[in-house]
Amino acid sequence: MKEKLEALKVEALAKLQEVTDPQVLNDLRVKYLGKKGELTEVLRGMGGLSAEERPVIGQVANLVRSAIEEIISTKQEAFQQQETLGRLQAEKVDVTLPGRSLPQGGIHPLNRVVQEIEDIFIGMGYKVAEGPEVETDYYNFEALNLPKDHPARDMQDSFYLTDDLLMRTQTSPVQVRTMQAMNGEVPVKIICPGKVYRRDDDDATHSFQFHQIEGLVIGSNIRMSDLKGTLNQFVKEMFGPSTGIRLRPSFFPFTEPSVEVDVSCFKCGGDGCRLCKQSGWLEILGAGMVHPNVLRMGGYDPEKYSGFAFGMGVERIAMLKYGIDDIRYFYTNDMGFVKQFKGI
Amino acid sequence: MKVSTGWLTDYISLEGVTAEELADKITTAGIEIDGVERRNKGLSGIVTGYVKSKEKHPDADKLNVCIVDAGQGEDLQIVCGAKNVAAGQKVPVALVGAKLPGLEIKKAKLRGVLSQGMICSAKELGLNDKLLPKELQEGILVLPENTEVGQDITKVLGLNDEILEFDLTPNRSDCLSMIGAAYEVSAILGRDLNLPDPAAELVEAGGTAADSISVKIEDEAFCSHYAVRYISGVKPAPSPLWIQNRLMAAGVRPINNIVDITNYVMLEYGQPLHAFDGDQVEGGTLGVRFAREGEVLTTLDGQERKLEPQMLVIADGVKAVGLAGVMGGLATEVTGETVNIVLESAKFDGGTVRKTSRQLGLRSEASLRFEKQVDPKAVIPALNRAAALIARYADGTVHEGIVQAGSDAVPDKILTLSLEKLNNYLGTELSLLEVKTLFGRLRFKCGDAAQGVVEVQVPSRRGDISYDVDLIEEIARLYGYDNIPTTLIEGVTTPGALTRKQSVRRELRRMLALGGYQEVMGYSFIQPEQSKLFPAFSEGSLPVKLAMPMSEERSVLRTSLLPQLLDIALYNTNRRQSDLALFEIGNVFFTDEEQLTRQPRELPVLGLLLSGSRTAKQWNMTAEPVDFFDLKGALESVFAYLGLTGRVVYEGDAPQDYHPGRSASIYLLAEDGRTRIGTMGQLHPELQRKLDLEDTYVAELLLQPLYDSARISLQYSELQRFPGMERDIAVVVDSAVPAGNLLTSIRENGGTLLQNVQVFDVYTGGKMESGKKSVAISLLYRHTEHTLTDEEVSEVHEKVVAALQQTFGAELRK
Repeated sequence: MKEKLEALKVEALAKLQEVTDPQVLNDLRVKYLGKKGELTEVLRGMGGLSAEERPVIGQVANLVRSAIEEIISTKQEAFQQQETLGRLQAEKVDVTLPGRSLPQGGIHPLNRVVQEIEDIFIGMGYKVAEGPEVETDYYNFEALNLPKDHPARDMQDSFYLTDDLLMRTQTSPVQVRTMQAMNGEVPVKIICPGKVYRRDDDDATHSFQFHQIEGLVIGSNIRMSDLKGTLNQFVKEMFGPSTGIRLRPSFFPFTEPSVEVDVSCFKCGGDGCRLCKQSGWLEILGAGMVHPNVLRMGGYDPEKYSGFAFGMGVERIAMLKYGIDDIRYFYTNDMGFVKQFKGI
Repeated sequence: MKVSTGWLTDYISLEGVTAEELADKITTAGIEIDGVERRNKGLSGIVTGYVKSKEKHPDADKLNVCIVDAGQGEDLQIVCGAKNVAAGQKVPVALVGAKLPGLEIKKAKLRGVLSQGMICSAKELGLNDKLLPKELQEGILVLPENTEVGQDITKVLGLNDEILEFDLTPNRSDCLSMIGAAYEVSAILGRDLNLPDPAAELVEAGGTAADSISVKIEDEAFCSHYAVRYISGVKPAPSPLWIQNRLMAAGVRPINNIVDITNYVMLEYGQPLHAFDGDQVEGGTLGVRFAREGEVLTTLDGQERKLEPQMLVIADGVKAVGLAGVMGGLATEVTGETVNIVLESAKFDGGTVRKTSRQLGLRSEASLRFEKQVDPKAVIPALNRAAALIARYADGTVHEGIVQAGSDAVPDKILTLSLEKLNNYLGTELSLLEVKTLFGRLRFKCGDAAQGVVEVQVPSRRGDISYDVDLIEEIARLYGYDNIPTTLIEGVTTPGALTRKQSVRRELRRMLALGGYQEVMGYSFIQPEQSKLFPAFSEGSLPVKLAMPMSEERSVLRTSLLPQLLDIALYNTNRRQSDLALFEIGNVFFTDEEQLTRQPRELPVLGLLLSGSRTAKQWNMTAEPVDFFDLKGALESVFAYLGLTGRVVYEGDAPQDYHPGRSASIYLLAEDGRTRIGTMGQLHPELQRKLDLEDTYVAELLLQPLYDSARISLQYSELQRFPGMERDIAVVVDSAVPAGNLLTSIRENGGTLLQNVQVFDVYTGGKMESGKKSVAISLLYRHTEHTLTDEEVSEVHEKVVAALQQTFGAELRK
């Protein structure tokens, strides 16, 4: 009987070794190990064995069984692996085909720039103030030290609705309104972004509608040197840490002294390039110390308080920053244009 | 203002300073120099010559052969094509080897005749020939008869000169004169000034001026000073070349010695002058008065002007002879026959001059200066200076005395400046000595300082200085802004922040952009026709019109964002960009007043537009057209984001300009009722056709209600610990019953157990009875404290179903 078992083992192992088909493997498992399988058949004869032989043969039979089981399970695993491999092969996709994208919208480039500037000044402790686009003559001009017969107040240059109402030509009226609302309290630290309107013929650098951001600080000891420091910090955050500013004397009715502020060209670093017209400097801001008449009309005693103000054109900054050469693109809203301004 | 450095050196030494360096210094100190122009455009080898003879070229009709003495020892033979060349002329001659802009002169044969040089035109010499008489523009430049032969032309024409273009801000009208410019340069360079002394130069002779002319001012509020001199026996002729050269360098056309001298002195002193032909002034008198009703005046430019009573004129005993400060009259013009002149110098009111000049559309060098305020103390020196020059260069006899009305008396302007304020204002630490030195350079007289306060006397030429801060600016610009330190604000720190409204607006923008909507920006001005569209918000109000629009297209303030969103959609669709998801945030305007007397209403609005396909056609996707529910979904997302879900209802009430069956008004519910906050839907097919658009969906929302009610503080609510129980029902109702009403009823009856209701199918047609629809709804019940039993759910659910049956006659489908 032992020999029978050994022979069975040899035969089974040899056959199993050669199996290449999972179905055949299963058939062989049934053939050898099944309820009516050959091993079972052999073991049935164990009843005729003596009490001494039985455990010995039983042990042999178990060894044979486990040898066969082992090879079957090894084979099964191999087949399974193969099958998995085959399935994965079949599931392969062309990774170069395009995916389903998320919808892509975007924020208008001018608002992107406004938000960026707002954030810089918020970080410096400013609040954002806003006001109406239709203004009274008083807030748009008179309270800003432009009396009635001032040449800058020509009907030709502004969009009037009536003798007294006009589309604001600057966001400065918001400064006056804020000062009056503050009721003489200090400090005032605001920036005022918004649309403004001037009667200009549209061309590549002029638009009758455009955006300004103005800033106003009033306190008990605000100095021209603080204005320099503030704008210096702003341009570094806006245009890069290596940029700096230059102040040139200028004239605005609402500030005294008044200056034009140039930022060193962030493209060429000041060496001169097309962007800065070889000058190394870009003119981006007007600024100055708030005129005593403006302080007074805003409810502040110019002998006790001082302040500075600055203003910039959003379109101009966006054009410089993004390298845009025609202001009209901002209001044409060609998807090819506005959709370019996404990302960081 | 064009400032010649050559002319400047009459008053101040520019030694060791190039024109470019000077331009930089002036710009840094406050007046922007727009450019430096070299008058010599690269000329060499050009001399003055005398045309001895002119013969016709034997083989060319249009050419002449000239024999020219150019001081070269031998006469030159030069072929010249100019029509105006003639024997006896003095002309510029480019010798062989001479250089002109873009040209070098070589010996040449022209149609077989030798030419040893070229006779030059003004243009060939690089001059601005527009300032020359027409015949000199077309031909060669003819020089005065007394010109010496063989002189370097650049010297004769004063071309070794640079012109600085002063771009003056309105406050610096003091630099609309050479002397003003000299003061500025002197302050910047810290050098001495050498100014003319007209009174000393002037020799009076002949009779007393007052015997020939009298003057009067009707109202000194509009003319504070009117002064004239009477000059007899003048000989009008071309001015000496040096005057002509300087006028041309300044961009002024030379005319004759009298007129040229008035212009020259205006450029020198900034004080406009006018010369009348004394024999044409009737009644021996000149007065300053307002024009009479219906009065007309033919000005020097030959135009007849209808005058109005608020225009200031100069009148003789009979008629108006000039527009005060703007332009003289033709009748009293100085001509070649003029013998006696009345020379005027006056101070007219700037505002009056400006109004007259604007009203007539007539601007002149004089009006420009009067508008910006001239130095009241320049009236007399300029008058004397011009009289002296006319005596010298036009042989005039200046009669004794100045005839005048009003006066140049102005109170001394003395300002006090505290040194402490100056340093606090600028953030500097300037000493009293430094400050006084700077004022000294400006020629502002300084008193001694008492307790750190200086008294500063401001010269009359600086009308722009009225406050101590103006003095601070003078110090700052001369001291140099580069030298002012860079500091940070001291004192209380302030927290920076956005307001609630600003935060909500930013979040909306960000959310829509991330959701696929592109922000656009339109103009605030639209066509009148467009203001009639989408009147949901403006209903019962009037649009606001611009008083003087630039075009009809942009003449009314927008009453809705949608017309322009449609324009933008059309623009892009025409450029093959038709899958559009757009939004804009901006203000709309309207008023309740027939005649606007106060600011109109200005409401912030959100506009949305959808058209084309939801997704682009791709290998694994079809291009499905957008529909009503894409737009509604976007709005629902907005409301959900702002925490307003459940407070917003849609009502299919067909707002104007929308597809009546595919549009809705949007209401925000509040304790005390509901307000309409928007409209949405498909564009009305008629309008869509008219605008040539494809199917387009738009929406417009008032933002203020959203700013006010948006949830801005988030609150955690406990997680659900017990399982919910879902029940699905399908009810058959009349097609007209809005699904929203079914949901509202379900929510009302579902009580606190009902957690969620969702429509998952709507079915019409097919086996459905006509006029009916089946709506399948999924209901989720849940209790926060325990697992629900079947009985508990059924109790509520039956109530829900019963309500549907009762209210809507709903049949339950099994």
